[in-house]
Amino acid sequence: MRFRVLKDKVAGGVMFSLTALSLLLVVVMGAGLYMKSAPIFDEHGLGELLFSSSWKPMRGEFGFLPFIAGTIWVTVIAVVIAVPISLLTAVFLVEYARPVTRKYVFPALDILAALPSVIYGVWGTLLIVPFISDWLAPRFVDFSTGYTMLAAGIVLGVMILPLLVSLFIEIITSVPGELREASISLGATRWQTTKSVVIRDVRPGLAAAVVLAVSRALGETIAVLMVCGNLPEIPRSLFSACYPIPALIANNYGEMLSLPSYEAALMFAALILFVVVLLFNLISRVILYRVEKNVA
Amino acid sequence: MKLKFAEERLFKVLMIGATLAVFAFVGSIIYSILSKGWGAMSWDMITKLPGGGFYVGKEGGFLNAIVGSVYVVGASAALGLLVSIPVVFYLNVYLKRGSRFAYVARLAYDVLFGIPSIVYGAFGFTIMIYFGLKTSLLGGIIVITLLIIPIFIRSMDEVARQFPREILDAAYSLGATRLETIRVVLRQIAPGIATATLLSVGRAIGDAAGVMFTAGYTDSIPTSLSQPAATLPLAVFFQLSSPIKEVQDRAYAAALVLTLIVLVLSILGRYVTNRFSKHKLK
Repeated sequence: MRFRVLKDKVAGGVMFSLTALSLLLVVVMGAGLYMKSAPIFDEHGLGELLFSSSWKPMRGEFGFLPFIAGTIWVTVIAVVIAVPISLLTAVFLVEYARPVTRKYVFPALDILAALPSVIYGVWGTLLIVPFISDWLAPRFVDFSTGYTMLAAGIVLGVMILPLLVSLFIEIITSVPGELREASISLGATRWQTTKSVVIRDVRPGLAAAVVLAVSRALGETIAVLMVCGNLPEIPRSLFSACYPIPALIANNYGEMLSLPSYEAALMFAALILFVVVLLFNLISRVILYRVEKNVA
Repeated sequence: MKLKFAEERLFKVLMIGATLAVFAFVGSIIYSILSKGWGAMSWDMITKLPGGGFYVGKEGGFLNAIVGSVYVVGASAALGLLVSIPVVFYLNVYLKRGSRFAYVARLAYDVLFGIPSIVYGAFGFTIMIYFGLKTSLLGGIIVITLLIIPIFIRSMDEVARQFPREILDAAYSLGATRLETIRVVLRQIAPGIATATLLSVGRAIGDAAGVMFTAGYTDSIPTSLSQPAATLPLAVFFQLSSPIKEVQDRAYAAALVLTLIVLVLSILGRYVTNRFSKHKLK
Protein backbone atom coordinates (compact mmCIF):
# COMPACT_ATOMS: atom_id res chain seq x y z
CA MET A 1 0.00 0.00 0.00
CA ARG A 2 2.77 2.41 0.98
CA PHE A 3 4.57 1.49 -2.21
CA ARG A 4 1.71 2.81 -4.37
CA VAL A 5 1.73 6.14 -2.56
CA LEU A 6 5.50 6.33 -2.95
CA LYS A 7 5.22 5.60 -6.66
CA ASP A 8 2.64 8.37 -6.96
CA LYS A 9 4.97 10.83 -5.24
CA VAL A 10 8.02 9.84 -7.28
CA ALA A 11 6.11 10.08 -10.54
CA GLY A 12 4.90 13.52 -9.45
CA GLY A 13 8.48 14.61 -8.84
CA VAL A 14 9.65 13.32 -12.20
CA MET A 15 6.79 15.02 -14.01
CA PHE A 16 7.38 18.26 -12.16
CA SER A 17 11.04 18.27 -13.16
CA LEU A 18 10.15 17.51 -16.79
CA THR A 19 7.76 20.46 -16.76
CA ALA A 20 10.22 22.79 -15.04
CA LEU A 21 13.08 21.76 -17.34
CA SER A 22 11.07 22.31 -20.50
CA LEU A 23 10.02 25.72 -19.16
CA LEU A 24 13.65 26.63 -18.54
CA LEU A 25 14.09 26.46 -22.29
CA VAL A 26 12.78 30.03 -22.56
CA VAL A 27 15.45 31.30 -20.19
CA VAL A 28 18.26 29.17 -21.62
CA MET A 29 17.41 30.27 -25.13
CA GLY A 30 17.48 33.96 -24.24
CA ALA A 31 20.69 33.59 -22.24
CA GLY A 32 22.40 31.54 -24.96
CA LEU A 33 21.58 34.02 -27.70
CA TYR A 34 22.62 36.93 -25.49
CA MET A 35 25.98 35.39 -24.66
CA LYS A 36 26.67 34.61 -28.29
CA SER A 37 25.81 38.12 -29.40
CA ALA A 38 27.64 39.90 -26.54
CA PRO A 39 30.86 40.52 -28.55
CA ILE A 40 29.02 42.69 -31.04
CA PHE A 41 27.55 44.87 -28.26
CA ASP A 42 31.01 45.55 -26.92
CA GLU A 43 32.32 46.48 -30.32
CA HIS A 44 29.54 48.65 -31.65
CA GLY A 45 27.00 49.57 -29.02
CA LEU A 46 23.27 49.03 -29.25
CA GLY A 47 22.49 52.40 -30.85
CA GLU A 48 24.81 51.92 -33.80
CA LEU A 49 23.61 48.36 -34.38
CA LEU A 50 19.93 49.32 -34.44
CA PHE A 51 20.07 52.67 -36.26
CA SER A 52 22.95 52.45 -38.69
CA SER A 53 22.01 51.44 -42.22
CA SER A 54 25.44 50.39 -43.42
CA TRP A 55 25.71 46.61 -43.68
CA LYS A 56 29.21 45.56 -44.73
CA PRO A 57 30.12 42.53 -42.64
CA MET A 58 33.51 42.09 -44.29
CA ARG A 59 34.49 45.60 -43.26
CA GLY A 60 33.06 45.16 -39.80
CA GLU A 61 30.05 47.44 -40.25
CA PHE A 62 26.86 45.97 -38.90
CA GLY A 63 23.90 48.31 -39.24
CA PHE A 64 20.62 46.47 -38.83
CA LEU A 65 18.34 49.31 -39.90
CA PRO A 66 17.66 47.96 -43.43
CA PHE A 67 16.62 44.61 -42.00
CA ILE A 68 14.56 46.10 -39.20
CA ALA A 69 12.82 48.40 -41.68
CA GLY A 70 12.22 45.49 -44.04
CA THR A 71 10.76 43.37 -41.26
CA ILE A 72 8.46 46.12 -40.06
CA TRP A 73 7.22 47.04 -43.54
CA VAL A 74 6.54 43.47 -44.59
CA THR A 75 4.68 42.82 -41.36
CA VAL A 76 2.62 46.00 -41.73
CA ILE A 77 1.60 45.03 -45.28
CA ALA A 78 0.68 41.54 -44.12
CA VAL A 79 -1.46 42.87 -41.28
CA VAL A 80 -3.17 45.47 -43.48
CA ILE A 81 -4.13 42.69 -45.89
CA ALA A 82 -5.01 39.98 -43.39
CA VAL A 83 -6.89 41.82 -40.64
CA PRO A 84 -9.87 43.12 -42.69
CA ILE A 85 -10.30 39.82 -44.54
CA SER A 86 -10.07 37.71 -41.40
CA LEU A 87 -12.29 40.00 -39.32
CA LEU A 88 -14.99 40.01 -41.98
CA THR A 89 -14.71 36.23 -42.39
CA ALA A 90 -14.88 35.64 -38.64
CA VAL A 91 -17.91 37.94 -38.21
CA PHE A 92 -19.59 36.23 -41.14
CA LEU A 93 -18.98 32.77 -39.71
CA VAL A 94 -20.12 33.63 -36.19
CA GLU A 95 -22.98 36.06 -36.77
CA TYR A 96 -24.33 35.28 -40.23
CA ALA A 97 -23.37 31.91 -41.68
CA ARG A 98 -25.48 28.80 -41.43
CA PRO A 99 -23.86 25.67 -39.94
CA VAL A 100 -23.62 24.18 -43.44
CA THR A 101 -21.46 27.07 -44.61
CA ARG A 102 -19.18 26.68 -41.62
CA LYS A 103 -18.76 23.02 -42.46
CA TYR A 104 -17.15 24.05 -45.75
CA VAL A 105 -15.14 27.04 -44.56
CA PHE A 106 -13.46 25.42 -41.57
CA PRO A 107 -11.68 22.68 -43.56
CA ALA A 108 -10.41 25.35 -45.97
CA LEU A 109 -8.97 27.29 -43.04
CA ASP A 110 -7.48 24.06 -41.66
CA ILE A 111 -5.68 23.50 -44.95
CA LEU A 112 -4.32 27.06 -44.97
CA ALA A 113 -3.07 26.55 -41.42
CA ALA A 114 -1.50 23.19 -42.18
CA LEU A 115 0.43 24.14 -45.32
CA PRO A 116 4.17 24.51 -44.67
CA SER A 117 5.98 27.80 -45.10
CA VAL A 118 7.98 26.57 -48.06
CA ILE A 119 4.78 25.75 -49.97
CA TYR A 120 3.60 29.33 -49.47
CA GLY A 121 6.96 30.36 -50.86
CA VAL A 122 6.49 28.23 -53.97
CA TRP A 123 2.99 29.65 -54.41
CA GLY A 124 4.42 33.15 -54.05
CA THR A 125 7.06 32.61 -56.73
CA LEU A 126 4.56 30.92 -59.06
CA LEU A 127 1.65 33.35 -58.76
CA ILE A 128 2.28 36.49 -56.71
CA VAL A 129 5.70 37.41 -58.08
CA PRO A 130 4.69 37.18 -61.78
CA PHE A 131 1.42 38.97 -60.96
CA ILE A 132 3.38 41.89 -59.53
CA SER A 133 6.13 42.04 -62.15
CA ASP A 134 3.87 41.57 -65.21
CA TRP A 135 0.64 43.24 -64.20
CA LEU A 136 0.71 45.39 -61.09
CA ALA A 137 4.14 47.01 -61.05
CA PRO A 138 4.18 48.29 -64.67
CA ARG A 139 1.22 50.51 -63.79
CA PHE A 140 3.19 52.31 -61.10
CA VAL A 141 6.91 51.97 -61.71
CA ASP A 142 9.17 51.40 -64.71
CA PHE A 143 10.54 48.05 -63.77
CA SER A 144 10.20 45.50 -61.00
CA THR A 145 11.40 41.92 -60.78
CA GLY A 146 8.34 41.04 -58.75
CA TYR A 147 10.54 39.87 -55.89
CA THR A 148 9.38 42.74 -53.74
CA MET A 149 8.24 43.85 -50.36
CA LEU A 150 4.65 43.73 -51.62
CA ALA A 151 4.99 40.08 -52.67
CA ALA A 152 6.42 39.17 -49.25
CA GLY A 153 3.61 41.08 -47.54
CA ILE A 154 0.88 39.35 -49.55
CA VAL A 155 2.30 35.87 -48.95
CA LEU A 156 2.75 36.60 -45.26
CA GLY A 157 -0.77 38.05 -45.05
CA VAL A 158 -2.29 34.83 -46.40
CA MET A 159 -0.12 32.81 -44.01
CA ILE A 160 -1.44 34.57 -40.90
CA LEU A 161 -5.07 34.48 -42.10
CA PRO A 162 -6.05 31.15 -40.51
CA LEU A 163 -4.52 32.09 -37.15
CA LEU A 164 -6.34 35.43 -37.15
CA VAL A 165 -9.68 33.94 -38.19
CA SER A 166 -9.60 31.25 -35.51
CA LEU A 167 -8.61 33.73 -32.79
CA PHE A 168 -11.26 36.24 -33.93
CA ILE A 169 -13.94 33.52 -33.97
CA GLU A 170 -13.03 32.46 -30.45
CA ILE A 171 -13.16 36.05 -29.23
CA ILE A 172 -16.41 37.01 -30.97
CA THR A 173 -18.12 33.84 -29.71
CA SER A 174 -17.27 34.92 -26.16
CA VAL A 175 -19.72 37.85 -26.39
CA PRO A 176 -22.90 36.83 -24.55
CA GLY A 177 -26.01 36.40 -26.73
CA GLU A 178 -28.10 38.64 -24.47
CA LEU A 179 -26.12 41.69 -25.61
CA ARG A 180 -27.01 40.93 -29.22
CA GLU A 181 -30.67 40.37 -28.38
CA ALA A 182 -30.85 43.63 -26.47
CA SER A 183 -29.34 45.53 -29.37
CA ILE A 184 -31.57 43.89 -31.99
CA SER A 185 -34.68 44.52 -29.91
CA LEU A 186 -33.83 48.23 -30.00
CA GLY A 187 -34.08 48.10 -33.78
CA ALA A 188 -30.44 47.76 -34.74
CA THR A 189 -29.57 45.74 -37.81
CA ARG A 190 -27.27 42.78 -37.47
CA TRP A 191 -24.28 44.72 -38.79
CA GLN A 192 -25.02 47.65 -36.47
CA THR A 193 -25.14 45.19 -33.58
CA THR A 194 -21.87 43.63 -34.68
CA LYS A 195 -20.20 46.99 -35.13
CA SER A 196 -21.37 48.87 -32.05
CA VAL A 197 -22.01 46.08 -29.55
CA VAL A 198 -20.08 42.90 -30.32
CA ILE A 199 -16.85 44.37 -31.63
CA ARG A 200 -16.83 47.20 -29.12
CA ASP A 201 -17.19 44.65 -26.34
CA VAL A 202 -14.11 42.66 -27.36
CA ARG A 203 -11.73 45.31 -28.68
CA PRO A 204 -8.89 44.39 -26.28
CA GLY A 205 -9.17 40.75 -27.33
CA LEU A 206 -9.13 41.61 -31.01
CA ALA A 207 -6.08 43.82 -30.50
CA ALA A 208 -4.33 41.00 -28.66
CA ALA A 209 -5.09 38.62 -31.52
CA VAL A 210 -3.55 41.06 -33.99
CA VAL A 211 -0.44 41.40 -31.82
CA LEU A 212 -0.13 37.62 -31.73
CA ALA A 213 -0.45 37.42 -35.50
CA VAL A 214 2.18 40.15 -35.86
CA SER A 215 4.61 38.16 -33.75
CA ARG A 216 3.97 35.12 -35.94
CA ALA A 217 4.59 37.22 -39.05
CA LEU A 218 7.83 38.66 -37.69
CA GLY A 219 9.50 35.27 -37.53
CA GLU A 220 8.33 33.76 -40.82
CA THR A 221 11.45 32.80 -42.69
CA ILE A 222 11.43 30.61 -45.74
CA ALA A 223 8.31 31.86 -47.50
CA VAL A 224 9.38 35.49 -47.13
CA LEU A 225 12.97 34.71 -48.07
CA MET A 226 11.78 33.16 -51.34
CA VAL A 227 9.87 36.22 -52.55
CA CYS A 228 11.34 39.32 -50.86
CA GLY A 229 14.33 39.97 -53.15
CA ASN A 230 16.98 40.00 -50.39
CA LEU A 231 18.66 43.38 -50.90
CA PRO A 232 20.19 44.94 -47.78
CA GLU A 233 18.79 48.44 -48.38
CA ILE A 234 16.05 50.35 -46.70
CA PRO A 235 13.04 49.67 -48.98
CA ARG A 236 11.86 52.80 -50.80
CA SER A 237 8.53 51.62 -52.17
CA LEU A 238 6.19 48.66 -52.26
CA PHE A 239 7.92 47.55 -55.45
CA SER A 240 11.47 47.50 -54.16
CA ALA A 241 13.19 44.49 -52.67
CA CYS A 242 13.56 44.14 -48.94
CA TYR A 243 15.45 41.91 -46.54
CA PRO A 244 13.72 40.98 -43.27
CA ILE A 245 15.71 39.75 -40.26
CA PRO A 246 14.79 36.02 -40.46
CA ALA A 247 15.85 35.96 -44.11
CA LEU A 248 19.15 37.55 -43.12
CA ILE A 249 19.85 34.80 -40.60
CA ALA A 250 18.85 32.02 -42.98
CA ASN A 251 20.86 33.32 -45.93
CA ASN A 252 24.13 33.93 -44.15
CA TYR A 253 24.50 31.01 -41.84
CA GLY A 254 26.98 29.26 -44.06
CA GLU A 255 29.40 32.15 -44.31
CA MET A 256 29.19 33.45 -40.80
CA LEU A 257 31.64 30.98 -39.29
CA SER A 258 34.46 32.66 -41.22
CA LEU A 259 34.21 35.79 -39.08
CA PRO A 260 33.57 35.82 -35.31
CA SER A 261 31.90 39.24 -35.29
CA TYR A 262 29.69 38.13 -38.20
CA GLU A 263 28.47 35.20 -36.14
CA ALA A 264 27.80 37.50 -33.20
CA ALA A 265 25.88 39.86 -35.49
CA LEU A 266 23.62 37.08 -36.74
CA MET A 267 23.07 35.88 -33.19
CA PHE A 268 22.15 39.44 -32.33
CA ALA A 269 19.58 39.34 -35.14
CA ALA A 270 18.12 36.15 -33.63
CA LEU A 271 18.13 37.83 -30.21
CA ILE A 272 16.15 40.82 -31.52
CA LEU A 273 13.54 38.45 -32.95
CA PHE A 274 13.47 36.43 -29.75
CA VAL A 275 12.96 39.43 -27.48
CA VAL A 276 10.31 41.13 -29.65
CA VAL A 277 8.34 37.93 -30.22
CA LEU A 278 8.59 37.04 -26.53
CA LEU A 279 7.19 40.41 -25.43
CA PHE A 280 4.40 40.44 -28.02
CA ASN A 281 3.41 36.90 -27.10
CA LEU A 282 3.37 37.57 -23.37
CA ILE A 283 1.19 40.66 -23.72
CA SER A 284 -1.30 39.14 -26.14
CA ARG A 285 -1.57 35.79 -24.35
CA VAL A 286 -2.28 37.39 -20.98
CA ILE A 287 -5.10 39.41 -22.54
CA LEU A 288 -6.45 36.39 -24.44
CA TYR A 289 -6.46 34.25 -21.28
CA ARG A 290 -8.66 36.86 -19.67
CA VAL A 291 -11.06 36.73 -22.63
CA GLU A 292 -11.10 32.94 -22.39
CA LYS A 293 -11.89 33.07 -18.70
CA ASN A 294 -14.94 35.25 -19.37
CA VAL A 295 -16.34 32.50 -21.58
CA ALA A 296 -15.92 29.73 -19.02
CA MET B 1 -33.58 54.73 -41.99
CA LYS B 2 -32.66 53.44 -45.43
CA LEU B 3 -28.98 53.97 -44.72
CA LYS B 4 -28.66 51.26 -42.11
CA PHE B 5 -30.10 48.65 -44.45
CA ALA B 6 -27.77 49.77 -47.22
CA GLU B 7 -24.87 49.45 -44.78
CA GLU B 8 -26.08 46.01 -43.74
CA ARG B 9 -26.19 44.88 -47.34
CA LEU B 10 -22.78 46.37 -48.16
CA PHE B 11 -21.07 44.65 -45.28
CA LYS B 12 -22.78 41.36 -45.98
CA VAL B 13 -21.38 41.48 -49.49
CA LEU B 14 -17.94 42.34 -48.12
CA MET B 15 -18.10 39.46 -45.66
CA ILE B 16 -19.09 36.95 -48.29
CA GLY B 17 -16.31 38.37 -50.46
CA ALA B 18 -13.78 37.87 -47.66
CA THR B 19 -14.92 34.29 -47.10
CA LEU B 20 -14.70 33.58 -50.81
CA ALA B 21 -11.21 35.08 -50.77
CA VAL B 22 -10.20 32.41 -48.26
CA PHE B 23 -11.41 29.74 -50.68
CA ALA B 24 -9.63 31.50 -53.53
CA PHE B 25 -6.33 31.44 -51.61
CA VAL B 26 -6.65 27.75 -50.73
CA GLY B 27 -7.71 26.91 -54.26
CA SER B 28 -4.93 28.83 -55.95
CA ILE B 29 -2.26 27.37 -53.68
CA ILE B 30 -3.42 23.79 -54.15
CA TYR B 31 -3.96 24.32 -57.86
CA SER B 32 -0.55 25.87 -58.49
CA ILE B 33 1.27 23.14 -56.54
CA LEU B 34 -0.75 20.35 -58.16
CA SER B 35 -0.49 21.59 -61.73
CA LYS B 36 3.24 22.35 -61.55
CA GLY B 37 4.13 19.34 -59.46
CA TRP B 38 2.10 16.75 -61.34
CA GLY B 39 3.92 17.38 -64.62
CA ALA B 40 7.31 16.88 -62.98
CA MET B 41 6.22 13.90 -60.91
CA SER B 42 7.43 10.44 -61.78
CA TRP B 43 8.02 7.16 -60.03
CA ASP B 44 11.78 7.80 -60.09
CA MET B 45 11.38 10.98 -58.06
CA ILE B 46 10.17 9.22 -54.96
CA THR B 47 12.08 5.94 -55.27
CA LYS B 48 15.59 6.99 -56.31
CA LEU B 49 18.46 8.87 -54.77
CA PRO B 50 19.96 11.82 -56.63
CA GLY B 51 22.19 10.50 -59.41
CA GLY B 52 25.51 11.89 -60.64
CA GLY B 53 24.25 14.88 -62.57
CA PHE B 54 21.08 15.39 -60.57
CA TYR B 55 21.62 19.07 -59.95
CA VAL B 56 22.18 19.85 -63.62
CA GLY B 57 19.00 18.07 -64.58
CA LYS B 58 20.07 14.44 -65.03
CA GLU B 59 18.55 11.28 -63.58
CA GLY B 60 17.61 10.57 -59.99
CA GLY B 61 15.00 11.46 -57.39
CA PHE B 62 14.70 12.90 -53.94
CA LEU B 63 14.21 9.76 -51.87
CA ASN B 64 17.02 11.07 -49.62
CA ALA B 65 14.88 14.04 -48.61
CA ILE B 66 11.75 11.96 -48.00
CA VAL B 67 13.62 9.45 -45.82
CA GLY B 68 15.53 12.23 -44.05
CA SER B 69 12.32 14.06 -43.19
CA VAL B 70 10.75 10.84 -41.89
CA TYR B 71 13.82 10.11 -39.73
CA VAL B 72 14.00 13.61 -38.25
CA VAL B 73 10.30 14.02 -37.63
CA GLY B 74 9.70 10.43 -36.52
CA ALA B 75 12.44 10.54 -33.89
CA SER B 76 11.45 14.04 -32.75
CA ALA B 77 7.79 13.06 -32.44
CA ALA B 78 8.69 10.01 -30.34
CA LEU B 79 11.00 12.02 -28.05
CA GLY B 80 8.49 14.86 -27.91
CA LEU B 81 5.64 12.56 -26.85
CA LEU B 82 7.86 11.09 -24.13
CA VAL B 83 8.21 14.54 -22.60
CA SER B 84 4.84 16.07 -23.35
CA ILE B 85 2.45 13.33 -22.20
CA PRO B 86 3.81 13.41 -18.60
CA VAL B 87 3.75 17.22 -18.65
CA VAL B 88 0.15 17.35 -19.82
CA PHE B 89 -0.83 14.73 -17.23
CA TYR B 90 0.96 16.70 -14.53
CA LEU B 91 -0.70 19.99 -15.48
CA ASN B 92 -4.18 18.49 -15.57
CA VAL B 93 -4.24 15.82 -12.86
CA TYR B 94 -1.53 16.58 -10.31
CA LEU B 95 -2.01 20.33 -10.20
CA LYS B 96 -5.25 21.76 -8.87
CA ARG B 97 -7.56 23.79 -11.07
CA GLY B 98 -6.55 27.42 -10.98
CA SER B 99 -2.99 26.60 -9.90
CA ARG B 100 -0.58 29.49 -10.32
CA PHE B 101 2.18 27.21 -11.60
CA ALA B 102 -0.12 25.75 -14.25
CA TYR B 103 -0.99 29.27 -15.41
CA VAL B 104 2.65 30.26 -15.75
CA ALA B 105 3.49 26.95 -17.44
CA ARG B 106 0.73 27.31 -20.02
CA LEU B 107 1.79 30.89 -20.70
CA ALA B 108 5.39 29.80 -21.15
CA TYR B 109 4.46 26.98 -23.54
CA ASP B 110 2.33 29.41 -25.54
CA VAL B 111 5.30 31.77 -25.75
CA LEU B 112 7.62 28.92 -26.77
CA PHE B 113 5.05 27.92 -29.39
CA GLY B 114 5.20 31.46 -30.75
CA ILE B 115 8.97 31.69 -31.03
CA PRO B 116 9.96 31.47 -34.71
CA SER B 117 11.64 28.30 -35.87
CA ILE B 118 14.58 30.30 -37.26
CA VAL B 119 15.37 31.31 -33.66
CA TYR B 120 15.15 27.65 -32.62
CA GLY B 121 17.52 26.90 -35.47
CA ALA B 122 20.01 29.58 -34.43
CA PHE B 123 19.81 28.49 -30.81
CA GLY B 124 20.18 24.82 -31.76
CA PHE B 125 23.22 25.70 -33.82
CA THR B 126 24.91 27.39 -30.86
CA ILE B 127 24.23 24.32 -28.70
CA MET B 128 25.71 22.10 -31.37
CA ILE B 129 28.85 24.23 -31.58
CA TYR B 130 29.08 24.17 -27.80
CA PHE B 131 29.05 20.37 -27.81
CA GLY B 132 31.26 20.15 -30.89
CA LEU B 133 28.57 18.61 -33.12
CA LYS B 134 28.54 19.12 -36.88
CA THR B 135 25.39 19.48 -38.94
CA SER B 136 23.84 16.08 -38.52
CA LEU B 137 20.70 14.02 -38.18
CA LEU B 138 21.14 14.30 -34.40
CA GLY B 139 21.24 18.11 -34.54
CA GLY B 140 18.08 18.19 -36.62
CA ILE B 141 16.34 15.84 -34.24
CA ILE B 142 17.33 17.95 -31.22
CA VAL B 143 16.00 21.17 -32.71
CA ILE B 144 12.78 19.69 -34.07
CA THR B 145 12.17 17.99 -30.70
CA LEU B 146 12.53 21.33 -28.90
CA LEU B 147 10.26 22.89 -31.51
CA ILE B 148 7.58 20.20 -31.35
CA ILE B 149 7.29 19.88 -27.55
CA PRO B 150 5.38 23.15 -26.99
CA ILE B 151 3.10 22.35 -29.95
CA PHE B 152 2.37 18.89 -28.53
CA ILE B 153 1.79 20.16 -25.02
CA ARG B 154 -0.51 23.00 -25.96
CA SER B 155 -2.64 20.98 -28.34
CA MET B 156 -2.94 18.00 -25.96
CA ASP B 157 -3.61 20.29 -23.05
CA GLU B 158 -6.59 21.74 -24.89
CA VAL B 159 -8.01 18.20 -25.09
CA ALA B 160 -7.12 17.27 -21.53
CA ARG B 161 -8.77 20.38 -20.11
CA GLN B 162 -12.13 19.20 -21.49
CA PHE B 163 -11.73 16.04 -19.42
CA PRO B 164 -14.56 15.79 -16.86
CA ARG B 165 -13.22 16.06 -13.29
CA GLU B 166 -15.97 13.76 -11.99
CA ILE B 167 -14.24 10.78 -13.57
CA LEU B 168 -11.12 11.58 -11.54
CA ASP B 169 -13.20 11.85 -8.39
CA ALA B 170 -14.76 8.46 -9.15
CA ALA B 171 -11.30 6.93 -9.56
CA TYR B 172 -10.03 8.51 -6.31
CA SER B 173 -13.07 7.25 -4.41
CA LEU B 174 -12.17 3.71 -5.47
CA GLY B 175 -8.78 4.20 -3.86
CA ALA B 176 -6.67 5.01 -6.94
CA THR B 177 -3.66 7.25 -6.52
CA ARG B 178 -3.22 10.21 -8.86
CA LEU B 179 -0.72 8.25 -10.91
CA GLU B 180 -3.10 5.32 -11.29
CA THR B 181 -5.80 7.52 -12.79
CA ILE B 182 -3.54 7.80 -15.83
CA ARG B 183 -5.15 4.69 -17.32
CA VAL B 184 -8.59 6.27 -17.11
CA VAL B 185 -7.37 9.65 -18.36
CA LEU B 186 -5.35 8.25 -21.25
CA ARG B 187 -8.23 6.14 -22.48
CA GLN B 188 -10.46 9.19 -22.49
CA ILE B 189 -8.10 11.55 -24.25
CA ALA B 190 -6.40 9.03 -26.56
CA PRO B 191 -8.19 10.24 -29.72
CA GLY B 192 -7.29 13.80 -28.79
CA ILE B 193 -3.67 12.83 -28.34
CA ALA B 194 -3.67 11.07 -31.70
CA THR B 195 -5.11 14.10 -33.44
CA ALA B 196 -2.71 16.48 -31.69
CA THR B 197 0.20 14.23 -32.68
CA LEU B 198 -0.80 14.06 -36.34
CA LEU B 199 -1.33 17.82 -36.61
CA SER B 200 1.92 18.63 -34.81
CA VAL B 201 3.86 16.17 -36.97
CA GLY B 202 2.39 17.87 -40.02
CA ARG B 203 3.70 21.16 -38.73
CA ALA B 204 7.15 19.76 -37.92
CA ILE B 205 7.64 18.04 -41.27
CA GLY B 206 7.11 21.30 -43.13
CA ASP B 207 9.52 23.29 -41.04
CA ALA B 208 12.55 24.36 -43.02
CA ALA B 209 14.16 27.12 -40.98
CA GLY B 210 14.83 24.86 -37.98
CA VAL B 211 16.64 22.11 -39.88
CA MET B 212 18.50 24.38 -42.27
CA PHE B 213 21.63 24.80 -40.15
CA THR B 214 21.24 21.80 -37.90
CA ALA B 215 20.48 18.81 -40.13
CA GLY B 216 22.30 20.12 -43.20
CA TYR B 217 21.75 18.55 -46.60
CA THR B 218 23.12 15.48 -48.32
CA ASP B 219 22.52 13.28 -51.33
CA SER B 220 22.55 10.01 -49.46
CA ILE B 221 20.37 8.48 -46.79
CA PRO B 222 22.02 8.90 -43.38
CA THR B 223 23.13 5.65 -41.76
CA SER B 224 24.11 7.11 -38.40
CA LEU B 225 23.09 9.98 -36.16
CA SER B 226 26.26 11.93 -36.87
CA GLN B 227 25.70 12.16 -40.63
CA PRO B 228 23.83 15.07 -42.17
CA ALA B 229 20.29 14.46 -43.41
CA ALA B 230 18.31 16.00 -46.25
CA THR B 231 14.75 17.12 -45.61
CA LEU B 232 11.82 17.74 -47.94
CA PRO B 233 11.26 21.46 -47.33
CA LEU B 234 14.93 22.12 -47.98
CA ALA B 235 14.79 19.95 -51.11
CA VAL B 236 12.05 22.27 -52.38
CA PHE B 237 13.91 25.38 -51.32
CA PHE B 238 17.36 24.53 -52.70
CA GLN B 239 16.17 23.10 -56.01
CA LEU B 240 13.87 26.03 -56.66
CA SER B 241 16.79 28.44 -56.42
CA SER B 242 18.54 26.60 -59.26
CA PRO B 243 18.53 28.35 -62.65
CA ILE B 244 18.03 25.04 -64.53
CA LYS B 245 14.43 24.30 -65.45
CA GLU B 246 14.58 20.51 -64.89
CA VAL B 247 15.88 21.05 -61.37
CA GLN B 248 13.18 23.62 -60.65
CA ASP B 249 10.57 21.13 -61.85
CA ARG B 250 11.83 18.69 -59.25
CA ALA B 251 11.33 21.34 -56.62
CA TYR B 252 7.67 21.43 -57.68
CA ALA B 253 7.48 17.65 -57.49
CA ALA B 254 8.99 17.74 -54.00
CA ALA B 255 6.54 20.49 -53.05
CA LEU B 256 3.69 18.28 -54.27
CA VAL B 257 4.92 15.35 -52.14
CA LEU B 258 5.27 17.59 -49.09
CA THR B 259 1.81 19.11 -49.60
CA LEU B 260 0.23 15.67 -49.96
CA ILE B 261 1.93 14.41 -46.78
CA VAL B 262 0.76 17.44 -44.81
CA LEU B 263 -2.79 17.25 -46.19
CA VAL B 264 -3.07 13.53 -45.46
CA LEU B 265 -1.86 14.09 -41.88
CA SER B 266 -4.33 16.92 -41.42
CA ILE B 267 -7.30 14.95 -42.82
CA LEU B 268 -6.29 11.87 -40.83
CA GLY B 269 -6.19 14.03 -37.70
CA ARG B 270 -9.77 15.19 -38.19
CA TYR B 271 -10.89 11.66 -39.03
CA VAL B 272 -9.41 10.21 -35.83
CA THR B 273 -11.24 12.76 -33.71
CA ASN B 274 -14.55 12.04 -35.40
CA ARG B 275 -14.22 8.29 -35.65
CA PHE B 276 -12.74 7.31 -32.31
CA SER B 277 -14.41 9.65 -29.91
CA LYS B 278 -17.55 7.54 -29.65
CA HIS B 279 -16.31 5.85 -26.46
CA LYS B 280 -15.73 9.18 -24.86
CA LEU B 281 -17.93 10.16 -21.94
CA LYS B 282 -19.29 13.60 -22.38
